[in-house]
Amino acid sequence: MSKLIVSPNPHIHSKDSTRSLMLDVVIALVPAVICSVVFYGWMELLVMAVSVGSCLLLEWAITRFMLKKNSTIGDLSAVVTGILLALNLPYNTPWWVVFVGAVVAIGVAKMTFGGIGQNIWNPALVGRVFLLVSFPTYMTGRWAAPQGLFGADAVSGATPLGVIQEGLMKGSTVQELTSSFDYKDLLFANLGGSAGEVCALALLAGFIYLCVRKVIKPWITLSIFGTVALVSLIFWGIDPSRFTDPLFNLLTGGLILGACFMATDYVTSPMSLWGGVVFGVGIGFLTMMIRYFGSYPEGVSFAILIMNSVVPLLDRWFKQKKFGRK
Amino acid sequence: MSKHTFSIGGVHPHDSKISRDCSIQPLPLPPTVYLSLSQHIGAPSKPIVEVGDKVKVGQPVAEPGGFVSAFIHSSVSGTVKSIGSRKDLAGNPQMCIEIAVEGDEWAEGIDTTDTLITAIPEDNKAIIEKIRLGGVVGLGGATFPTHVKLSPPPGSKCERVIINGCECEPYLTSDFRVLLEKGEQVVVGAAILAQVMGNVPCTIAIEENKPEAIAHIKEVIVKLGYKGIEVMPMKMRYPQGGEKQLIDAVMHRQVGSGALPISEGAVVQNVGTAIAVYDAVQKNKPLIDNTVTITGECFPRQANLLVRVGTPLQYILDYLGGIPEEAAKVISGGPMMGKAVSNLEAATLKGTGALLLLTEKQTLRAPESNCIRCGKCADACPMGLEPFRLNRLAKANDLEELENNSVQDCIECGCCLYSCPAHIQLLDNIRLAKAAVLGAIRARAAAAKAAQDAKK
Amino acid sequence: MSIIIWTIVVITVLGILLALVLYLVAMRFKVEEDPRIDLVEKAMPGANCGGCGFAGCRAFAESAVKSGSLDGHFCPVGGNDTMSAVAGILGYEVKAQAPRVAVVRCNGTCSARPKTNTYDGYPSCKVKAQLYSGDTACSFGCLGCGDCVEACQFGALSMDVETGLPVVDQEKCTACGACVKACPKAIIELRPMGPRGMREYVSCVNRDKGPAAKKACANACIGCGICVKTCTHEAIVLENNVAYIDASKCKLCRECEAMCPTGAIHGVNFPKPLDKEAVKTRIKERQLKAKEAANV
Repeated sequence: MSKLIVSPNPHIHSKDSTRSLMLDVVIALVPAVICSVVFYGWMELLVMAVSVGSCLLLEWAITRFMLKKNSTIGDLSAVVTGILLALNLPYNTPWWVVFVGAVVAIGVAKMTFGGIGQNIWNPALVGRVFLLVSFPTYMTGRWAAPQGLFGADAVSGATPLGVIQEGLMKGSTVQELTSSFDYKDLLFANLGGSAGEVCALALLAGFIYLCVRKVIKPWITLSIFGTVALVSLIFWGIDPSRFTDPLFNLLTGGLILGACFMATDYVTSPMSLWGGVVFGVGIGFLTMMIRYFGSYPEGVSFAILIMNSVVPLLDRWFKQKKFGRK
Repeated sequence: MSKHTFSIGGVHPHDSKISRDCSIQPLPLPPTVYLSLSQHIGAPSKPIVEVGDKVKVGQPVAEPGGFVSAFIHSSVSGTVKSIGSRKDLAGNPQMCIEIAVEGDEWAEGIDTTDTLITAIPEDNKAIIEKIRLGGVVGLGGATFPTHVKLSPPPGSKCERVIINGCECEPYLTSDFRVLLEKGEQVVVGAAILAQVMGNVPCTIAIEENKPEAIAHIKEVIVKLGYKGIEVMPMKMRYPQGGEKQLIDAVMHRQVGSGALPISEGAVVQNVGTAIAVYDAVQKNKPLIDNTVTITGECFPRQANLLVRVGTPLQYILDYLGGIPEEAAKVISGGPMMGKAVSNLEAATLKGTGALLLLTEKQTLRAPESNCIRCGKCADACPMGLEPFRLNRLAKANDLEELENNSVQDCIECGCCLYSCPAHIQLLDNIRLAKAAVLGAIRARAAAAKAAQDAKK
Repeated sequence: MSIIIWTIVVITVLGILLALVLYLVAMRFKVEEDPRIDLVEKAMPGANCGGCGFAGCRAFAESAVKSGSLDGHFCPVGGNDTMSAVAGILGYEVKAQAPRVAVVRCNGTCSARPKTNTYDGYPSCKVKAQLYSGDTACSFGCLGCGDCVEACQFGALSMDVETGLPVVDQEKCTACGACVKACPKAIIELRPMGPRGMREYVSCVNRDKGPAAKKACANACIGCGICVKTCTHEAIVLENNVAYIDASKCKLCRECEAMCPTGAIHGVNFPKPLDKEAVKTRIKERQLKAKEAANV
């Protein structure tokens, strides 16, 4: 014993740290990463490596040389952003497009606001949306037949929602168009789209892991799923030839990836239970509105970003129930 | 698995009750004791002895300095060496009576035998007076004078007495050992308290990690034949032993902000207090000793000792082989709410329940990083507050908003800081803000009262 | 062509309508205010530091205009210049005040005041003070977390890394008193600046008895009272084991400083360094003479 340490209570700390929470998210994403690599092959691994690598490098460089602070890459949040960004991109995105996405995600959406915890919008999504509007050809139109890692039987083509929208414009009905998809394929191996959408089950497994580890609470995700199902059920019930059915909507367009991993991002989601539910309902509703009536076939990213902007208000409106107060 | 627990928040630290199998041993008398005059909440006591006086064990040496105050008795026999300022465990000067120990001669009228006396006197006023004269204070942490708590304001009615045997803090085992070894006294003490409050039912709440104690107390209740006393096993959760949380857990009633437990018909007393009540009423023995857990993974000779009030901390630790090299922090109390000791020369108080030694690795705070808005602090807060918001407001010193966000309800349990993954030192700032807001509320109340008086 | 005309017409009408609305609103919500308040506020330094005891410069101006005199109104930041300007605007009289400066009354440097424990909590003096007496054996001295530095809006305070104590830059200090309020140990005092900045003060607030104070800190005032006996101007009082120099009585003779056994008394901004031995001989000779005079 040299000098006694004196500090205010409490004198012990739980094992949680920002790093351990982010590590849990990374672990939860591992099944989806494996699935996408298996399905799309080494190209996807390259996208993943470029994305994670450039996110880490950018965060390190910005904290070190521009903010002149201790680097925060140790908290692994840049790794999470990198993986999410990669999962949001098609497997054959050129490396420099991925890098531009990382610059926007880390440099613009995260570090300009002051780094982890300060950003208003989910960095990976901002990166993705930036690429989506800047390089639409790389992001949606260039589906070549992927060479699966084990020669898996991959199909090329536009994303399912893209197919539907295009078809509707040509005058076909939804029934005709959806009949070309096998929903089992959607569940296990998606047809085209971003890498992360490849296997819904892998994403759901990660989501359940996060809930069991109490990293996130399921309310936001469940309310998104519920709202999407409800809204599409209503429209589909009104006119099945114009509107897609609920199951199709739940399984396509990165909804699962967005609802499980992007909308539940701590920093950009409300902290209270009811705030989270409203947030989720908002995302679900906006997603369906954009899908049904918007000019983009997919709406999850936009819906989440729009609702991200409302989070400060939701935090103000919905507060915890206080002990002994009505 | 018991379902009984409080409804909001809480955390579940590893319980680390490593000293649970150490039976209670008396600590040999120290050469000198230092009796602080502020061992309780409220006005400091006034000394009624002078330097050079000979005192016996159990003889009062200080009388209450106000309504909310308590008697202090000599815990040893010997000579009063000095009455003056001495540094307490936080290094702040406090008035102390220093007594040099000579032998162990007890004052007359104190029953020092082990015989259990189950017959409770009938006169409740006399019982409360005996508790007052015995200098009994709440031993659950707040050290509120017990006789004041047992005299509720007119108009309020007690419906249940709760004996707090949760010991939800990690490491602490003194209440557990007391329940196991002095279960009969605890139950009789509980019966006395229930009778004083108007023959109300009584619940002894014990957390599930103490199954032996639960079984033992159940047996004792049957053996002694008390009807209104029951044992309630509680789900393990911190801060179950918090007064408001325990009332919520046992009676499903939430005591309002700033209100006393009696407003919801509850009176909560700690296990140690029940023993002290038993001693004071049945044995005429004032509160001069208490059970102290000395523990910590780095401390090889963990123990539960019966320690006389006023024993220097250094003496206790030396008796058990001194402080190990790797110990970096000594805490008076548990790891969640205990107070870090900066001065080992300080002496124990009536409310000292434990000395915990932690290593640097166990206790050193990690550097703060940015809030990631995970909401874990709000989930953990047993009062339903939002520590992240309070911390921000506290730094901005926005007292009005702080009050709107109920900072004054904070019970300083430490759950927020314990659970924060960014290691933000939430409670440090919130505690300051709470003090400031409580000060503002009091000032406002005083001003309102003055205005009313002026009108009259 | 008609599009252009219509555009111009619509925009013109819109502009007129909006101007009308603005005018009506401005009329409706017009607040009658003494124009002198604006003038006074303009004359103020505009730091809004609250050093005058008002919420800000505007509040000060309002109160000064309303109360009809400048009693109880003094802007420490602007000093006498600002006050005479304000007095000029309002036609009031103003009393010049001696300029003051913040003085840190603790000299418990890291070397003089050994640490007895380590603090591990939020780095704020207030938090630390609420928790315990401090990480040295001195329970009165500077806690070293720099609450005063943070409170200073004028950048006049900084922490000296070597001593662990705050240092006042007297050029920048405006004597607004923010640091005095921020210090939980009440170490910082606003003292008169003194002629050419020369001032003498006891740099310690330790109220412990001599031996305890000495043990805690080599530079502590031990309450020996030598300074009180030495002072020929009755400027020093000894209370609660600590000496205090009344600046209004001090003649800056530096005798107390020379006699202080622990060096707790500090003189600053004197042109020459203190020659302790010379002062001591001077005092001795004077005392001898006094004795002789008494004997005669």
